[in-house]
Amino acid sequence: MTAAILKHEKFGTALPAAAPAVVVAPPAPAAGDDDAPPVRRQTPLVEKYGDEIAAFFRAAIPVVFGLAMFAAVWSMLAAHSTLPGPLKTFHSAVGIFSDPFYRKGPNDQGIGWNILMSLGRVGIGFGMAAIIGIPMGFMIGRFRFLSGMMSPIISLLRPVSPLAWLPIGLLVFKAANPAAIWVIFISSIWPMIVNTAVGVREVPQDYLNVAKVLNLSEWKVFTRILFPASLPFVLTGIRLSIGVAWLVIVAAEMLTGGVGIGFWVWDEWNNLNVEHIIIAIFVVGIVGLLLEQMLMLLARRFEYR
Amino acid sequence: MEKFVLVENIDMTFKTPRGSFVALKDINLSIGEGEFVTLIGHSGCGKSTLLNLVAGLLVQTAGVLICAGREIAGPGPDRGVVFQNHSLLPWLTCAENIYLAVERVFGATESKAQLKARTLKALDLVQLGHAADKRPNEISGGMKQRVGIARALSIEPKVLLLDEPFGALDALTRAHLQDELLKIVAKTKSTVLMVTHDVDEAVLLSDRIVMMTNGPAATIGDIVNVDLPRPRDRLALVNDSRYHHLRGRVLEFLYQKQMRPAA
Repeated sequence: MTAAILKHEKFGTALPAAAPAVVVAPPAPAAGDDDAPPVRRQTPLVEKYGDEIAAFFRAAIPVVFGLAMFAAVWSMLAAHSTLPGPLKTFHSAVGIFSDPFYRKGPNDQGIGWNILMSLGRVGIGFGMAAIIGIPMGFMIGRFRFLSGMMSPIISLLRPVSPLAWLPIGLLVFKAANPAAIWVIFISSIWPMIVNTAVGVREVPQDYLNVAKVLNLSEWKVFTRILFPASLPFVLTGIRLSIGVAWLVIVAAEMLTGGVGIGFWVWDEWNNLNVEHIIIAIFVVGIVGLLLEQMLMLLARRFEYR
Repeated sequence: MEKFVLVENIDMTFKTPRGSFVALKDINLSIGEGEFVTLIGHSGCGKSTLLNLVAGLLVQTAGVLICAGREIAGPGPDRGVVFQNHSLLPWLTCAENIYLAVERVFGATESKAQLKARTLKALDLVQLGHAADKRPNEISGGMKQRVGIARALSIEPKVLLLDEPFGALDALTRAHLQDELLKIVAKTKSTVLMVTHDVDEAVLLSDRIVMMTNGPAATIGDIVNVDLPRPRDRLALVNDSRYHHLRGRVLEFLYQKQMRPAA
């Protein structure tokens, strides 16, 4: 049969219709018909996707082992203490997530609401920090005088623990919610300022020479050279900032109360509901991971080299 | 020949933390319209400094620079520069890189369609019409350098300034691009000032070779007139005694008169 196909391909339609009959090979139904589609050997699935399957398992097996080890250590610790084990926590989580959006008064709301409220605060605080921090970083990076002016202030304020800003916020805003947003704002603004400024300063001289040789306007220099060249740095700043913001929100909400994942942790501690605290830790971790991954995806779109 | 680019009594001193460094001393040079002049010399002799002075990227300490009857005060689109490392913006396609230049120079007087036509014409000149929508990281080093040349030519500069444009390329690509540059310059009749450290390149391309002494305080040591007829053919020149004589003169200058102690 193989021989018949080979002959077909070799001579094409020029071959007389009777020619395939000469071939001694076992007669295939298609062999005598010139219009029949060429018979292709079916590639087994494993052969076709073999490399992908192998790669998937190479990547997945360590992850599974890591998680299994984590669960084992956790179970062992739970067996010798009052800490709830993985299974108990899982059952509790199923209960919580089966009704995430209930409302039974201001201090008793579903986990979904708590997460959304926290994300909302982070969004506002971080958003304002980005709106102010990124342009500020551009100015500092572009103008040496501004850099000299701002760098002592930034160096002084950047290492301050985020929660140290909370009393100032409470004093100025006289309310818990704006104070929490203020803490997010002030603690997440620094990575964006610093990274943007470094990004602008690191723009290769070659690109700026192009701008000089062409006499580009300051606006064109900004939109065509400075902004795209420093964008990867800016995105790194944003990524660090959102990480900081999400770290800080739990602590800030523990102190300010209201609805939010941080307050929820504190509330469950007061109820001595340890399963819920562990669930909250997982929730905080997973949401943080998702935020990070989203920004990584975004950053990858702007890689040029 | 009309003096198109004029360099008169140029001194260039750089201020460094360890005192001032005299890079160039008493440079006098004139380039005629349509002339191809190369600057050759050992590394660090200030040939790129002289080119950057003409480009307007540096400001001389003393002396006068004139281009097409006007004093050079800063960079301007009347001089197209091709940098050694192509300096294409990686986030723009080849066409967009050229369009940025074209738009700056002709944007005030021409329609978008005309600007686009100019961009494509420049790409066709270096035979890269097919790469218009490619990003610089998707094309080879030689192609990038060609886009750089197209960008410099697209603004119809009075003078084309080339700073070791083929220095970073392999020998075969370099030869190919030299041939292409010969053709382009013959077609556009550009005035060219080019920095190189490749003797063969200088002899093949130029009308005059300006040989510079070693720095500090480098100046023009000698000028060789390359009176080989154009169009020039790389292969024919291999058997041309005048070519070898000119090549010998440049080599003699570089390796006898201006020999550097091994660094």
